[in-house]
Amino acid sequence: MSNPQHLQYTKEHEWLTAAVDGVSTVGITKHAADALGDIVYVQLPEVGDTVTAGETCGELESTKSVSDLYSPVTGEVTEVNQDVLDDNALVNSAPFEAGWLFKVRVEATDELLSADEYDALTNPQG
Amino acid sequence: MSSLRLTALDALHRALGATMTDFAGWDMPLRYGSEREEHLAVRTKAGLFDLSHMGEITVTGPQAGEMLDHALVGFVSALGVLRARYTMICAEDGGILDDLIVYRLREDAFLVVANASNAQLVLDELIARAKGFDAVVTDDRDTYALIAVQGPEATAILAKTTDADLPGLKYYAILPAKVAGREVLLARTGYTGEDGFEIFCHPVDAEPVWQALTAAGEGHGLVPCGLSCRDTLRLEAGMPLYGHELSTDLTPFDAGLGRVVRFDKTTNDGAFVGRKALEQAAAAAESNPPKVLVGLVSEGKRVPRAEYTVVSTDGAPIGRITSGAPSPTLGKPIAMAYVDAAHAEPGTTVAVDVRGKHEPVQVVALPFYKRAR
Repeated sequence: MSNPQHLQYTKEHEWLTAAVDGVSTVGITKHAADALGDIVYVQLPEVGDTVTAGETCGELESTKSVSDLYSPVTGEVTEVNQDVLDDNALVNSAPFEAGWLFKVRVEATDELLSADEYDALTNPQG
Repeated sequence: MSSLRLTALDALHRALGATMTDFAGWDMPLRYGSEREEHLAVRTKAGLFDLSHMGEITVTGPQAGEMLDHALVGFVSALGVLRARYTMICAEDGGILDDLIVYRLREDAFLVVANASNAQLVLDELIARAKGFDAVVTDDRDTYALIAVQGPEATAILAKTTDADLPGLKYYAILPAKVAGREVLLARTGYTGEDGFEIFCHPVDAEPVWQALTAAGEGHGLVPCGLSCRDTLRLEAGMPLYGHELSTDLTPFDAGLGRVVRFDKTTNDGAFVGRKALEQAAAAAESNPPKVLVGLVSEGKRVPRAEYTVVSTDGAPIGRITSGAPSPTLGKPIAMAYVDAAHAEPGTTVAVDVRGKHEPVQVVALPFYKRAR
C-alpha cells in the first residue's frame, strides 16, 4: 500500500497531517477511495463547525454505496476543499493530495495509527 | 475460508487489476478502473464482460418444448430454432422464481440461462417439472464460460474474430459459430441497452476468446467492464434485476411484465405452473392495480438507493426504491421504485427519504435511456 509515512490514520480510513500552526488537513485514504469506487457526492462540514473525534462529520457517496466521514480529531473547521465539492473525482484520483477534504484547528485527537499500523490493518496478509 | 467459485478468466481479471466482489457465491470483477468510464465506454464504444456466473441449463428431448411450456410462463415451443426469448419461471402462487433467457438451439434442444443466484433453484424446479415429459434437463453451468461484448462498436470488433454472419444474426437470435477459432454459441443478446453479443464458450477457450476480443478491440475503445457498470447500464435501460425489481413476492403482472405470461399457449391444453394464480394476478392488475414499477429522476446529487422509502410531497409513505444509482449517461441520480398507482403517472413529483431527508424526485416513464437505432 502507498500510505504516506508522514500522515496519521484512523481505523475508519481517514488520514491527518501533522498540525501546522495548530491546523491539520483531513482526507480519506486511497484504500477507502478504491473501495468506494467513483465518488459522486461529497458532504463536508462547514467552515466554523466544530467536529468531534470519532464522530461523523460528513458523507461520501459512490456509485455503489454511501459511507460516513468520521473526524479523526476534535476542533473547529477552518477550510473545506471547494475543488472536491466541485469535482468529486479528485478524491478518487488524488486522495492524499488534491483530494483532501477539510482543515481543522486541532483541540484533541483520538488514538491514531501510524502508516505502518494502517498498512497492517488494510492489508493483513502483509 | 472463502469458498468463492472462480471463473475461467480469474487469473486474467487479477492481472488486469480488477476489484473483485462476491456475487452469488462467485468471485467476479466489480470494476477494473472507474466504473463510470466503463459505463460510458459501453454507451459510446464497447465493453468486454465476464458473465460466467450465469447459470446455463440445457433441456433436450422430443418434448423439450412442451416441457418448458409447462414449466415456464412463456410459449417456448413456439420459438423458432436459433431464436431467443426473455421469460420467467413462477411458483404455483404466481411468484417469480427467476427471470430467464431461453435460446432454442435445435428443434429438440433449448438453452435456459438463469441468474447465478437462482440457478440451483431453477435447475431443481426444471428437473421436478420435467416429470412425465420426454425431456432431459442437464446442468451445464460448468460446460460454458460466458463472455459479452456490448456497445456500438461490438459488431466491428467481433467481426475481426469470426467469419459468422453478424449482420444476419438478429437481436435475440443465436448461432453456433467460431470465434478466435473456438467453437462457441454466439447470441445477439445483452443486459446493457446497447447492441452486442453474448458468447457461450468452453471454459478452456475463455481466455483465448477474451484475448482475441481484447486485441480486436484495440482502436475501437473496447475496455474490460465489471458488474458495477453492468448494473448501472441495465438500470438506465429500465431492465429488472432479480432480487430488486423481481422476487417471489411479486407476479410478472406486479412487475409490469405481464406480457411474458402467455395464456394463449396451445400445448398441454394451455396448462402451466402458476396459471391459475397468474390469471387472478392479471385480473387484479387490470381492475385494482397494486403498486406500479416506475422510474424516478432526481435533480439533486444524493442517490435514492434500494430499500429507501418513497414518500408523497406531504410526507406519506407511498412506496419503496428497488434499485438506484447515479446515472453516468443522464448525469443525475436515477432509481426504479414500486409506488402506489395514484402517484405513478410520469411527471408526478414525489420524494425519497434519503437517510432522513426528503429529496424531491420526478416520476418518469421507463426506460431512462434508449439507444438510437
